[in-house]
Amino acid sequence: MNALIELKSVGMVFDTGKEQIRALEATDLSIDEGHFLAVVGPSGCGKSTLMRLLTGLTRASEGEIRIGDVTLDGPARDVGMAFQNASLMPWRTTLDNVLVSFEVSPHHRRAFARDRGPFVDQASSLLAEVGLSKFKDRFPWELSGGMQQRVNVCRSIVHAPRLVMLDEPFGALDAFTREALWAVMQRLWIERGFTAVLITHDLREAVYLSDEVIVMSARPGRILHRQPIDLPRPRSLEMTYTDAFQGHVHMLREKIQTDQEMS
Amino acid sequence: MTDRTIERLMPWAVTIGFFVVWEICCRLFDLDVFILPAPSDIWREAIKFAPELAYHSAQTLYTTLAGFGLAVVVGVALGAAIGSSRLVYRGLYPVLIGFNSIPKVALVPILVIWFGIGTVPAILTAFVISFFPIAVNVATGLATIERDMTDVLRSLGASRRDILLKVGLPRSMPYLFASLKVAITLSFVGSVIAETVASNKGIGYLMLSASSNYNVPLVFAGLLVLALLGVVMYVAAAMLEMRTSAWAFRGSDVVS
Repeated sequence: MNALIELKSVGMVFDTGKEQIRALEATDLSIDEGHFLAVVGPSGCGKSTLMRLLTGLTRASEGEIRIGDVTLDGPARDVGMAFQNASLMPWRTTLDNVLVSFEVSPHHRRAFARDRGPFVDQASSLLAEVGLSKFKDRFPWELSGGMQQRVNVCRSIVHAPRLVMLDEPFGALDAFTREALWAVMQRLWIERGFTAVLITHDLREAVYLSDEVIVMSARPGRILHRQPIDLPRPRSLEMTYTDAFQGHVHMLREKIQTDQEMS
Repeated sequence: MTDRTIERLMPWAVTIGFFVVWEICCRLFDLDVFILPAPSDIWREAIKFAPELAYHSAQTLYTTLAGFGLAVVVGVALGAAIGSSRLVYRGLYPVLIGFNSIPKVALVPILVIWFGIGTVPAILTAFVISFFPIAVNVATGLATIERDMTDVLRSLGASRRDILLKVGLPRSMPYLFASLKVAITLSFVGSVIAETVASNKGIGYLMLSASSNYNVPLVFAGLLVLALLGVVMYVAAAMLEMRTSAWAFRGSDVVS
């Protein structure tokens, strides 16, 4: 497999005017196409900084980031993103909230302006897949938190982006809803084969979903540990109680613990 | 009666009650018509001068709406500029605050020097007094877009213009309509001030000339016509608000 994303000694220093704060040490990282990568670490470890760098929303102060064959210079285009806050547009229905990805995507906007039809079909079938068919024409405030988050995820993947960034998308949900959405996420990823980067502080979530977990240290962030997760797919909730699964979680926990004790 | 019907009847009951208490007080304490005319006196006078009241209120309505229209156009443009550019915001902020601190009645003599007495100063006073809340609200709506929202769109490949059109403007609609309700009322204040100071037409002028003729009931009739027009305009703005940004009210039936 080829690397979709490559970071070459990428670092980040924030200049507040008074002092310079280093958020990320020079980091090398490559993510293979179709890979599911999870990033865990204590809060303030630069997880979100790393994500903003990967999407080009923030420009790295040093190093080079490449997505595909292109060196990032400004916001990466056609990347799907989902945050902890669903940030749906309250004036749009569920369907229209998902369609916005086609409306602004450089690859689809022309075709979308000519004929919405096929795009509406695509969005509808995706919504059906996550169990939201009946809620297509409802507005966000009529949906539960879990449903809003499903819409959020749909919006981030509907336009078949090569890269999907997930910043604690299930962080604000109750445990049951969260676990249900892990299964949804896994299924979508297996079906569609996009490259995903998940930022989370839920270690079970990281192990359940990813091919590899990266542990980051407290600020200034750097990669402490990389742990391949070799559990077979599709994974089930039952599997999270097996020794193999727990072994991964314990290992990750230990790495984070040691880092916190040392700093 | 259900709670809901009581709630519906409440505004009417209070309004009618207000006039009834007024009437009773006037009769009970035998107040001089010259001090405080009873609603019945005002009504009689209003019927008598109905053509004049109609003519002058049409003029006031015209100047108010013209000034209000200008205020919407300028206010939205200014608000969009301030709300989407930090540089414009920084530059204009002190000037706007300073301008807003000036009592607008102080501008009327200047407007009269420039345009003479009559319709134009009334329209302009209505305009200058009401564009500010519109600009501030539109700017607030634009400036408070959540970063997550713009991040999602930018990483999809949206341009600044896309974000303004798809998120900024729809999002600032409830702010805009909230400000329109305030602005329409202020426009009335502006045109009546200008008509009182420098005009020969309009309700403000009618009231001034009625008071110099000691026709106090007619002065009050003018006031009531103004209040009525104000309520009608406010309700129109509120209904427009409900239609265009119902999502911001989440199904509740709040009109204010």
